Amino acid sequence: MVGDTREQAHALWVRVTHWILAVSVLTLMVSGFVILMAHPRLYWGMAGNDLMPALLELPISPDYAKVDWADRVPIFDNSPGPVSASRTYEAFNQNGWGRSLHFLVAWLLVIVGAIYLLSGTLGGHLRSHIWPGLRQLTPMSLWRDLVGRMKGSAPAAPGGRHYGLLQKFTYSAVVFVLAPLQVLTGLTMSPRVSAAFPFLLQVFGGFQSARTIHFAVFVLLLLFVIVHVLMVIKSGFRRQLRAMTIGD
Amino acid sequence: MKKLLTRRTAIVAGLATAGGLLLARTPRLLPPTYGNLLRLGDNLTYAAQRMLLPGQSLVKEYSYADLTSFPAIGTTNPATSENSLIADEYQSLQQDGFRNWQLSVEGSVARPRTFSLAELKQLPSRTQITRHTCEEGWSAIGQWTGVPLRSVLDAVGMLSSARFVAYSSLDDWTDSIDLLDALHPQTILAYGMNGRDLPVPHGAPLRLRVETQLGAKSIKYLNRLVVLDEFDDGGLRGSIQNGWAWDMGI
Repeated sequence: MVGDTREQAHALWVRVTHWILAVSVLTLMVSGFVILMAHPRLYWGMAGNDLMPALLELPISPDYAKVDWADRVPIFDNSPGPVSASRTYEAFNQNGWGRSLHFLVAWLLVIVGAIYLLSGTLGGHLRSHIWPGLRQLTPMSLWRDLVGRMKGSAPAAPGGRHYGLLQKFTYSAVVFVLAPLQVLTGLTMSPRVSAAFPFLLQVFGGFQSARTIHFAVFVLLLLFVIVHVLMVIKSGFRRQLRAMTIGD
Repeated sequence: MKKLLTRRTAIVAGLATAGGLLLARTPRLLPPTYGNLLRLGDNLTYAAQRMLLPGQSLVKEYSYADLTSFPAIGTTNPATSENSLIADEYQSLQQDGFRNWQLSVEGSVARPRTFSLAELKQLPSRTQITRHTCEEGWSAIGQWTGVPLRSVLDAVGMLSSARFVAYSSLDDWTDSIDLLDALHPQTILAYGMNGRDLPVPHGAPLRLRVETQLGAKSIKYLNRLVVLDEFDDGGLRGSIQNGWAWDMGI
């Protein structure tokens, strides 16, 4: 390793918050998936249920494409419109622990995430290491960085806190866009929060839209986690792990 | 010289007794966690919502054109219950159009009494078009007509010591809400849905609508209200001992 290793190492608070947030995110992903399994259908707008067409139906639960509904009664007289009907099957539902675990860990993520943002802003970590700067952030330079990486001509990440342009862009997208979006769409789904802040329902286009965006951002974050781990392995797993744990 | 009671022990004992009495008199206002970390998180969320959010914000109300299809889940007809007591009782109530049905209101109230359906309909009514949000993830928009729970509590003279309203149903469910939700203007006892009498799959003759919480709190086939001075988890029939959060404002 060339250069001063102290210069390369991650600060202690970065290492601690990194691992707490990593565990929170993974737990949120697993519990969120369990919650989704109770109703694996996504919609757009305010309302959506088994008696309404879905935007997307995911084959991830025993309840996938269930059609056992009885006693369909039209809501308006002599109208082919909305109906009421009774469910005739026992639905898969592990939300008793799924939801509570999701919210418990969401508290951890929000509190530790706030500490990360606060010390990252005050200490200059976000400005000097994460935020790529608007001037650098042109499609052309991002493209060059990507092509360089693909060809393998770009230098391997040195380990530690000095990131490439594409890397900074991705971390910034996660920290400043995806994470806040996930918290806000999550809060929009709470009946008491959306009663107190009705603009949340307007901003995201309704309860079901917020839920669908929450899922889409989950997919993007999952993609990030996979690529992040792959890049860590590719650029020297042991060295990167040492840099993010013992700070060597 | 051995005193049985020194001044110091008398003071300590006195303070301890006073403290014990004080503690014993402090009503239980948070659900028990039974040492379960998940239930601790539920309490954190509940306490945070109660501290940070205004208590009586109205949920969004929709227009008639927004009404959607509406699934009925859980018990959809108590008359076909496997429990013959429930089935027999519901069948006999249903046979005479719920004329013999009664809502019992008891607990910390000045004038415990029962209400017939006709008596409830004489109280001031409220009609609202709201979103039913199920903890499973689906939602549906329906129009509800009923009497605000607040009006019923006023009619029986709720005592100042009251902190929670527990409720139970003909199909043997039980649950409770705190007073902020019980006195919320949109918390109603609904006997009408989408302009008709409440249909059997949706809880005829009466269901609760707690619009500030998820659908599971809006119990169907409601027949009993008990005003409580302190938290009661409902025992084996309640949500907590069945592995669920009590508060569902999130």
